[in-house]
Amino acid sequence: MSRLSLRGLTKAYSKMVVVDHIDLTLNEGEFVSLLGPSGCGKTTTLRMIAGFVEPTDGTVEMGGKVISTPGSVLPPERRQMSMIFQSYAIWPNMTVAENVGFGLKLRNLPAAEVQRRVAEILEVVQMGHLHGRYPAELSGGQQQRVALARAIVVKPAVLLLDEPLSNLDANLREEMRFEIRRLHNEFRITTVYVTHDQAEAMATSDRIAVMHAGRIEQVDAPHLLYTKPKTRFVAGFIGRTNLLEAKLANGEIGFDGVAFQASQVDASLNGLSRPVLLSVRPQSIGLYRAQPASAAGRPVVPGIVTQRVFLGETWDYVVQPQSSCTKLRVTAPPLQVHEVGEAVWLEFDPHQMALVE
Amino acid sequence: MPDTAASLPEPVGETRGTRRLGLLGRLRHVEPVALVWLMLLLALLFLVVAPLAKLFAVSFETQGTGEFTLSNYVAAYGRARYVDALVNSLTLGLASATLSVALAVPMAWAVSRTDMPGKGLTWGVVMGAFVMPPYLGAVGWMLLAGPNSGAVNRFWRWATGAEGPLFNIFSFEGLALVIALHSFPLVFIFVKAALDLISSEMEDAANILGAGTWTTMRKVSLPLVWPAILGAFVVVFLETIALFGTPALIGIPARINVVTTQLWQFFEYPVRVEVAAAYAMPLLLITVGMIVAQKLFLARKGFVSQTGKGGERRPIKLGPWRWLLFTWCALVGLLSVVMPLGILVQASFAKAWGRGISLDNFTLRNYQHLIFEHEMALTSIWNTVWFSASAATMAVLIALLVAYIVQRRLVPFGDALGFLAMAPFVIPGIVMAIGFYAAYASPPVALYGTAAIIIFAFTARFLPIAYANSAAAVRTVHPEMEEAARILGSGRLHAIAHVTAPLLKRALLGGWLIVFIVATRELSAAIFLVGPRTRTMSVLLYDLSEAGNFEVLAAFGGLLLLITLVLVGIGMKLVGRDFMLRRT
Repeated sequence: MSRLSLRGLTKAYSKMVVVDHIDLTLNEGEFVSLLGPSGCGKTTTLRMIAGFVEPTDGTVEMGGKVISTPGSVLPPERRQMSMIFQSYAIWPNMTVAENVGFGLKLRNLPAAEVQRRVAEILEVVQMGHLHGRYPAELSGGQQQRVALARAIVVKPAVLLLDEPLSNLDANLREEMRFEIRRLHNEFRITTVYVTHDQAEAMATSDRIAVMHAGRIEQVDAPHLLYTKPKTRFVAGFIGRTNLLEAKLANGEIGFDGVAFQASQVDASLNGLSRPVLLSVRPQSIGLYRAQPASAAGRPVVPGIVTQRVFLGETWDYVVQPQSSCTKLRVTAPPLQVHEVGEAVWLEFDPHQMALVE
Repeated sequence: MPDTAASLPEPVGETRGTRRLGLLGRLRHVEPVALVWLMLLLALLFLVVAPLAKLFAVSFETQGTGEFTLSNYVAAYGRARYVDALVNSLTLGLASATLSVALAVPMAWAVSRTDMPGKGLTWGVVMGAFVMPPYLGAVGWMLLAGPNSGAVNRFWRWATGAEGPLFNIFSFEGLALVIALHSFPLVFIFVKAALDLISSEMEDAANILGAGTWTTMRKVSLPLVWPAILGAFVVVFLETIALFGTPALIGIPARINVVTTQLWQFFEYPVRVEVAAAYAMPLLLITVGMIVAQKLFLARKGFVSQTGKGGERRPIKLGPWRWLLFTWCALVGLLSVVMPLGILVQASFAKAWGRGISLDNFTLRNYQHLIFEHEMALTSIWNTVWFSASAATMAVLIALLVAYIVQRRLVPFGDALGFLAMAPFVIPGIVMAIGFYAAYASPPVALYGTAAIIIFAFTARFLPIAYANSAAAVRTVHPEMEEAARILGSGRLHAIAHVTAPLLKRALLGGWLIVFIVATRELSAAIFLVGPRTRTMSVLLYDLSEAGNFEVLAAFGGLLLLITLVLVGIGMKLVGRDFMLRRT
């Protein structure tokens, strides 16, 4: 019954289309992130799911019932959902226990039951010892845990999170990522998580919907988004990449004197001749001092190092293949040092490339 | 944990095939907010729009017949005396504003930036001058510096053997000084707030380049707060030209006619409200014009005062000069609070105030007379309290609803409500009162002499204070606070009652108290609207001053002071020490 579907969901403010015909279905107990740069419409989408914003077109459905459609929106308080807000929205006039118990009291549970469940959930988020505190006496991370407890304790049909970690410092953010995923593993609540931080989305989600300019560009498991991005935007937004203009002809893909079987990239590619765009991750390119022994299906080209930056965990080289003006980013381990101007060899692995639109 | 997630409430659409609902379904989701919006609009039309529109219309009407005419304007500006009053008002405004700036800016700089001693005391002086009803200071100074029997002048003659007085309060200079001694706290508050935002690094940067303390203050600190000084100057100027009490108490005996006292004369029998309306127009236009101009001027890029860029702040070490500044602050305190109140209290307990302090001159007779014998004194106190309380309650309620609707963007055109609620800010109280008189005094509404017309006028007059306060309060409550409650299952009204209202309680109480306190001392709006049984304290004080019994007048001033102190004390206890001075 907690299956959540967005169908053609659209929001426009006068002429400005903020969310543009979004289709997305969450299975029961699934954790899906809406990931995208600020202004891409992800928060508006979340607020339409919550019932705070009326859609201009399309529907939100839960368990097969329409809960949002233009002209008729089931008010938020009747949706059996929970939400965690960017500002936490912990009520400063109530103690931790009163905050967490608010939703339970509204459900007319007996006082003893409210107390028991509040205590239980506060233990789960490791806040049991602070139940009598007021929010002003808590740190940012602790407030975040109270917000989590308050949202989860009512056992919502759907849990919505709106950039919940953006106000925390880096260390705490990393810790809370795992905390959120741990709680999801424990309670299996259908969850929609809005964030602009790809690491957050990767660490927490079953699937990620990448949004751009009001549209969903791609929905996939985190590792598939990374290895097989489908659009130019996704390839550039998730991790770093080289986008290469190439040509598809006679079942082969070629660029800069490099050619390989198109089927290595994508088995379903047909043989029609056309220009294509390839996403090649910097760490999928091999970098060698001397020409490597050519492995089957792995093209090799010579090139010149034109720039380098040491980032600590890796070297970041820019290499220009000979007889070309393309610049390729290539990463290498810290001990593999090349000087600028040095001649090197590049080895490509077509299996790790993706064809993008 | 047992699963309590009940099944969803009845579906909105039957299946996902049904996209739209019937009319009934839609009506179910109409929020009551639309109805509230309509009621607020009507209230604001009644309180703000109608009196102003009527004022404007009446200025073009012939008395009795209501035919269109321009003769009111001819009558209003046809006599040199009337035009002189306008010139006097403008000159007085400039003089008082200049004096206020001169009094307050050194104090603000000293308190904000230097190691001057006695900052707490200075703060107390400013607070004292600010909460004191303006006409009390005027009464005090009449007793201090009346040309013949004023205490200061008697002391002067005794000490020097001179024939003439040292200073005659019944003069243009006297009037300007008394007004400035009451208005300078506004300048102080504006300028100190601006100075507080300047980091010491700004001054360090000037020092390191070779500028001394004096040069730095003149070339760096003060120019940075120039917009605040200008803003305060404009506010004091506008307050002065709209002021009625002090010009009536001091200006009329001194034969100095200003716009407000002239307007009052148009209301003497036979009442010429049409001419008064025409005569009030320049006052209204000047006020509106200056506030709009100030907004435009300050909105220009680069002239916006410094925003809080933190930085370290250290007091400037003044050495012996700090005692000079301290003397200045003490002197201002002496002139604005200590001396006028001292003589007021002395006179209130005196058989004959001119005989000074001695045991055989001491009496409680004046208070006894007011409390037990005077027919209007207690009534006027009671009137003041309940008029002010009603007006404060209405103003805060309207302001809160408007602020909530505007900030949460609950209805289209909500901003129009906000505009109407702020509009009385640019309307001088006396103009407002004439508008109310024109619109509601005579039939068909016929509210003249009733409590209602005063309460409504007070409500309209102080709506902007309440609105600024409420808007600031609502802004501090993040909308997500309410949304968090709603998504957990509480309806809008439940969320407001359990989350928003408790968070706003203190701020609203503060706003209510401020409106209540300024309403208890309001004179200019009241004096045109009171009837024989609806006199307020401020009006009665004015009546007593005309009667000329200074001991009784002082005793009534003493009662007023006591009531003000009690109210301010309650406010400080409940809301915080600086609740009257907070800039909203």
